[in-house]
Amino acid sequence: MTAPIAAAAARGYGRNYLPFAYPALAITAMVIVFPWLFTLFMSAHEWKIGSPREFVGFANYVKLAGDPRFLESIGHTLWFTLLSVVLPIAFGTGAALVFNERFPLRGFCRAVFILPMMATPVAVALVWKMMFHPQLGVLNYILTSVGLPPSLWHTSIDTVIPTLVMVEVWHWTPLVMLIVLGGLAAAPTEPYESARLDGANAWQMFRYITLPLIMPFVVLAVVIRTIDALKAFDTIFVISEGGPGTASETINIYLYLQAFAFYNIGYASAIVVVFFVLIIVLAMVLLWLRQKSKWS
Amino acid sequence: MTMTTRKENRRGLSRRAALRAGAGLLAAPAIMKVATAQTSGAFNWRRFAGQSIEVSLTLGPRANVLRAHEKEFTELTGIKVGSEAVPEQQHRQQVVIQFNSGNPQFDVLTVSLHVQKRLVGKAKWLHDMKPLLADSQLTAPDYDFPDFTGGGLRWATQGDGRMDTLPLNIDPWMIYYNKELFAARGLAFPKTFEEIVMAAEKLTDKASGQFGWVSRGLKNANVPVWTSFMLGYDVDPVNTKTIQLQTMTDGAIAAADYYKKLNREFAPPGTVGFNWNEAQTSFSQGKIGMWIDGIGFAPPLEDPTKSRIVGKVGYGVMPQGPKARHSATFADGIGIPVASKKREAAYLYCQWATSKLMCNRLLQSGGGSPCRASSYTNPEVVAGIKLPREWLQCLQDSAAIGRQGLPEIVPVTEFRDVFGVGLTNTLGGADARAEMQKATEAFTPVLAKSEA
Repeated sequence: MTAPIAAAAARGYGRNYLPFAYPALAITAMVIVFPWLFTLFMSAHEWKIGSPREFVGFANYVKLAGDPRFLESIGHTLWFTLLSVVLPIAFGTGAALVFNERFPLRGFCRAVFILPMMATPVAVALVWKMMFHPQLGVLNYILTSVGLPPSLWHTSIDTVIPTLVMVEVWHWTPLVMLIVLGGLAAAPTEPYESARLDGANAWQMFRYITLPLIMPFVVLAVVIRTIDALKAFDTIFVISEGGPGTASETINIYLYLQAFAFYNIGYASAIVVVFFVLIIVLAMVLLWLRQKSKWS
Repeated sequence: MTMTTRKENRRGLSRRAALRAGAGLLAAPAIMKVATAQTSGAFNWRRFAGQSIEVSLTLGPRANVLRAHEKEFTELTGIKVGSEAVPEQQHRQQVVIQFNSGNPQFDVLTVSLHVQKRLVGKAKWLHDMKPLLADSQLTAPDYDFPDFTGGGLRWATQGDGRMDTLPLNIDPWMIYYNKELFAARGLAFPKTFEEIVMAAEKLTDKASGQFGWVSRGLKNANVPVWTSFMLGYDVDPVNTKTIQLQTMTDGAIAAADYYKKLNREFAPPGTVGFNWNEAQTSFSQGKIGMWIDGIGFAPPLEDPTKSRIVGKVGYGVMPQGPKARHSATFADGIGIPVASKKREAAYLYCQWATSKLMCNRLLQSGGGSPCRASSYTNPEVVAGIKLPREWLQCLQDSAAIGRQGLPEIVPVTEFRDVFGVGLTNTLGGADARAEMQKATEAFTPVLAKSEA
């Protein structure tokens, strides 16, 4: 008897309270579901702004599969994302370990360290672009002052992606540091006391205590950084515009060109759909990793 | 009502009625003037006083001049102006998206004719100016339409004869050169393409960080440099009559090879990533011999707060190519969307923006080259130009040999992107013919579809 009563109560609960969810459902449908369905719809059409729309089925997807620039842009996106995640995670974790220790002016140093994160990406990109100028930029001046050869930075096919990653690392390492620092602050102290009594050295304590304890936070930082790096547009557009040639053209940049420079809305919609699938796959992998890294 | 009537009857004429009548008498001449103007065909700047218009401009010196004097327009016409100036690329995108929505939020806009002329013409997004110009009630008697240069009017006129913009500015390309570096090497400004190479070679001393040449190399931005050279081979990138690409002709390939030679051998490293601003910054530091670009960059080069070569800049007309001598030109116009509900007020703004007064101001600012012949011949205007006389002479001589620097097709941006990638690869060391072949194959179907 208890189960049917509980089920009936649940039904009543749903009936009485469901109307309160309708506004949220309506807004979700308007701002998330409708744009998505419309994008899917558009991806099945050939539509150039100023021209009539024509249904083409999967033709845009077939064209994408053979579009060398799109395929190249996937490679650039993944390479840029990998570097823009791994390096800030490594440097940010290192910085968090340093800032977790007690030393004079620690608070001031922490504040200075997180300053880059507060600047807007476009402003940051413009300043770095000036510093990258091969002849007049301050970075080559510094390099040559210490006897190193000047670099071509964003003006060379070989160095453009590492150059863009350098800006990302400078900008977002503080975010990783803050997340990991939070993990360190929440970590219990007892395991360290036991380890010291057992004669563990600093590396062993880091490897077997600190790292497992902060791992959920590191994975959280990886998730946030991956999503950010995949979305990166402003820094790349301002500094290199996807160039030289197509050397730093990521999916976002190619998508922007197709949609807003060439006005190929149907084709750009197909790129959005494929990009979305790629992001979903990566997000699933990261969420699985996050589940695995949770403290038991 | 009855009470009031009775009151007025009792007192004869109320004080309020007397005031109203007096105001009416005072305003009568003005009302009569407007009414006469509207019915008799006389032009009146204040005919649409009280209306408000929105103006969308491309950010740059032209917009600065217009916005600086906007209040004068409002005082003259009684029309309120809300204007915004958006960076060039974003402005082009924004206006196309708004046109496509069917409800653009502006009544006047500037159009980059070298990029969007065919696009706006094919879509018929803008009003034809010809009927408005012919309307004596709407066009000021002193507007002096015949004063516009033939070149400017050609830019503003579509293939079907409609004139959907008024010409605002022409930007011929020329060569800035450092007179001090030239004098130190005993060089004169080159007269031919060959002499450019010879001069660039003599001016280049990589060990001391001195280079003979600089130009844009970044994808998209590099295409006008290539077409500037192509015109010297008497080749246009597209045959506009047959709508066929001419990018695999010997002249087009030779122009790409010439561009590659100059940038790889005599330009500072990294020009494949240079747009105009990086090239300008390099040239303004005094260690570059020549820089090819639009004529509108003279003001920053002659500004002591921005340049180390003030007074040392030479302004050279594009030299003779192997087959022809042309200056690649680019242009802007100003137009009115068909969807605008304030066509007449917007037209008054367009008239004011392209009036002799505003054209003269534009020329004197050095930020553009107006399309009115009188601006260049009026001694008072010329005397007010702060830039060197050599600049003005170069501007006039370049305009005289002007030829369109980009093809008059719908997908100009795609053309610049596809060929821009090929050119960047060429500047990076790839074979020019192979790169142009690849780009031509990629762009041919795009062009065919755009004209279908």
